[in-house]
Amino acid sequence: MTGNLRLGFRAPNTLREISDLVAEAANTKIPLEVRGRGSKYEVGRYIQSGSVVSTEHLVGISLYEPTERVMTAAAGTPLDDIRNILAEHGQQLAFEPIDLGPALGTHTGQSSIGGVFATNLSGSRRIQVGAARDHLLGVTCVNGWGEAFKSGGRVMKNVTGYDLCKAVAGSWGTLAVVTEVTMKVLPQAAETRTLLCFGLPDQTAVDVMTLCLGTPFEVSGTVHLQAPLAAKLSDHDVAKGSAAVTAIRIENFPSSARYRIGKLKDRLAAYSPSVELDNARSRIFWEEIRTLRAFASSNRPLWRISTTPSRAAKLVAVIARTLDIRVAYDWSGGLIWLEAPATTDAGTVEIRRAIAEYGGHATLIRAERGTRASVDVFQPLEASLAALTTRLKAAFDPAGILNPGRMYPGV
Amino acid sequence: MSLLTLPKPDEAILGRRDEIIRQLRKLAPNATLITDQEGRRTFETDAFTAYRCMPLAVVLPESTEEVSAILRYCHYNKVKVVPRGAGTSLSGGALPLEDSLVLGITRMTRVLAIDEANRVARVETGITNIAITKAAAVHGFFYAPDPSSQLACTLGGNIATNSGGAHCLKYGVTTNNLLAVRMVMMNGEVIDIGGDYLDAPGYDFLGLVVGSEGQFGVVTEATVRLLKAPEGSRPMLLGFDSSEAAGACVAGIIAAGIVPVAIEFMDKPAIQVCENFAGAGYPLDVEALLIVEVEGSRDEIDALLDTIAEIAERYRPRVVRVSKSAEESASIWKGRKAAFGAIGQISDYYCMDGVIPLSKLPEALTEVGEICRRHRFRVVNIFHAGDGNLHPLILYNANDHAELERAEMCGAEILKLCVKLGGCLTGEHGVGIEKRELMRVQYTAADIAQQMRVKGVFDPDWLLNPAKVFPLEGRERQ
Repeated sequence: MTGNLRLGFRAPNTLREISDLVAEAANTKIPLEVRGRGSKYEVGRYIQSGSVVSTEHLVGISLYEPTERVMTAAAGTPLDDIRNILAEHGQQLAFEPIDLGPALGTHTGQSSIGGVFATNLSGSRRIQVGAARDHLLGVTCVNGWGEAFKSGGRVMKNVTGYDLCKAVAGSWGTLAVVTEVTMKVLPQAAETRTLLCFGLPDQTAVDVMTLCLGTPFEVSGTVHLQAPLAAKLSDHDVAKGSAAVTAIRIENFPSSARYRIGKLKDRLAAYSPSVELDNARSRIFWEEIRTLRAFASSNRPLWRISTTPSRAAKLVAVIARTLDIRVAYDWSGGLIWLEAPATTDAGTVEIRRAIAEYGGHATLIRAERGTRASVDVFQPLEASLAALTTRLKAAFDPAGILNPGRMYPGV
Repeated sequence: MSLLTLPKPDEAILGRRDEIIRQLRKLAPNATLITDQEGRRTFETDAFTAYRCMPLAVVLPESTEEVSAILRYCHYNKVKVVPRGAGTSLSGGALPLEDSLVLGITRMTRVLAIDEANRVARVETGITNIAITKAAAVHGFFYAPDPSSQLACTLGGNIATNSGGAHCLKYGVTTNNLLAVRMVMMNGEVIDIGGDYLDAPGYDFLGLVVGSEGQFGVVTEATVRLLKAPEGSRPMLLGFDSSEAAGACVAGIIAAGIVPVAIEFMDKPAIQVCENFAGAGYPLDVEALLIVEVEGSRDEIDALLDTIAEIAERYRPRVVRVSKSAEESASIWKGRKAAFGAIGQISDYYCMDGVIPLSKLPEALTEVGEICRRHRFRVVNIFHAGDGNLHPLILYNANDHAELERAEMCGAEILKLCVKLGGCLTGEHGVGIEKRELMRVQYTAADIAQQMRVKGVFDPDWLLNPAKVFPLEGRERQ
């Protein structure tokens, strides 16, 4: 396969072929765009590369032991295939991987499982069960030399050597090409119930969500959508209200779910939790949160901000002073999805300034390619972390050929 | 396997001992500096007592700034540093070298903030694990990871080894409960990773630091997640005639969609020793005992334990007993948490920490028994069954050098077995010095090389906690 890398798109069928391809790219210093199924292609800094290496032909589940709560899949395996097989056994990926498809103007169900972990994008249940990275037990990867290596394994606990799974998770293909992942899977709750409050101002909603997480009832989801975003959801009680909605989720055995939601209702009496979604309606509601339905069919820039819950509403208020924004809060305020006006810098100046004051980090998930080329898509790092970042990149990919510049210039 | 060797000390460093001590005194005047023979003796080993080595000196700083000054000096003078928490490592993670400085964090124990609204605590890392929960309990919260040594072990040590504990089945291990660290790197640079929010930006350095066995830096402050204490919790005891039945029951519980907060396993010899120690009322006529704990309201607990009892019936338990009082629950856990100590009172032991896929439990226990019989040792099994994290304790006489060597060989065979069955060498104790040479059993040369390159990112001169984690020979080649 010598000298043909510039031919463009390659989707090898084996780990060996990926190794050879990367080794050749390293020798010839040809940058590779690393992809799973390409569902998040339009996220991140634009990569100038004529050559793509995709793992979409590496598919299949090689291990699934429901009673051991573990599954191993090739990186290109569609996320939906995995979700379906798990569901047949009453199990799930508990971190609730979000689906950016609708927000990026395509469909749901385009993600690969490798892409899910490479981007470490976790959904609403992250507050209870941890992030994608917390569920990644083992990886097989190809580093920037073209060498295959593994880290972790298939068992629940493993501190044998360094946890390189963590390095790979959330590295957006810049450190290694993930070819296989082993993940922890957990039982689906038998029953989901959701309490809704309407018309709460942001700060009050954050207080309510925080109050719920401070109870012993194992709340597994807390979101607050401002009115224009709530209107985009399909549940009739939510859509008809033309008001902001605050949702609190409980998942458990049916009797426990009912008991716990009752307890929460009592605690929230002052906030009038007027609607309780049953199991079927709850599942639809949270699936729409997972697939970012509130941000579909819009071209406005979309930011994902992680911050301290108690400061979230203030951070948003500061940005709202100068920008026309629409906001949804998840993780009791710890995660903010913010739609900014379509200015040339996507609101970067105001947003980064607010983050500097209130703490946290922001990623520009949706924006024109030109905007993504001119502003920092990922949170700029403080100098010492930036230096470590450069060194870590060199420890995996010294030639700088894997997704160069996708996260940070020169990385 | 022969007994582990330590690298030859650097004579030049040994020769400069007085000067190094003088400089340290000047650089960190408030730090406790221990240089006398008797004082240093306390630090010559950790809970992996088979190996001892007297360090150059021991320094116990009381601030991040002092840690930074000390490390910067050591970096420029090529003095090796062995970071140390409470010294409860079971793998020799805090074992000094003759030409190394031991840097202990036990004087940095302050709780800096308990933030109820955001459910986090910021603490100095010399604080003991239990003290975090004690500080949070006032507000109705707790810190989830609960290693058996939690009365003594420090958060800094927990971060270094990614400690777990009996309740991590539900709540995860250290890495799942940590939001931020302040870490001093070997060159003295102080870095902050993460914050009081979820998921730090950029590469997951926090995730890399956890479990790095003190080889990336000295973590002096940390922000941990706090959880609201459940309404209640209660354990039940399930006794079986065979470990096969007990193992099958664990799988049955999980298959039913129940993830209890803990599922602990004891074999017959373990039950006997722990019962003698704690008087917990463990049944003595069973071959295997499970302690299963669930949480919730009184009614929820009743319902869950009823369901678990129904599942257990399929595996013909000899004993099904639910704790009837808080006192009984406490004594059930006291017996389990004191197990290692109790066994230590009857014999020296060598504690293994391998992990296996749950389905291989009966096979693993049979083979572990076989391996120990072949090496003429008694073995006691006590472990976290829900995770497949085995702790076979090989009983031996530590004063008999030949017996120690035999125990090590026996242990290595057990760990190789765990890897062969699809598991790993260590689930929560760390590689340390103990399992250093076994890394090749689990990892290829390429796997190990990639880990070693990451070590170089943080500490290019390999001065921090040297001669641990990686095979010594490979390290010298690096």
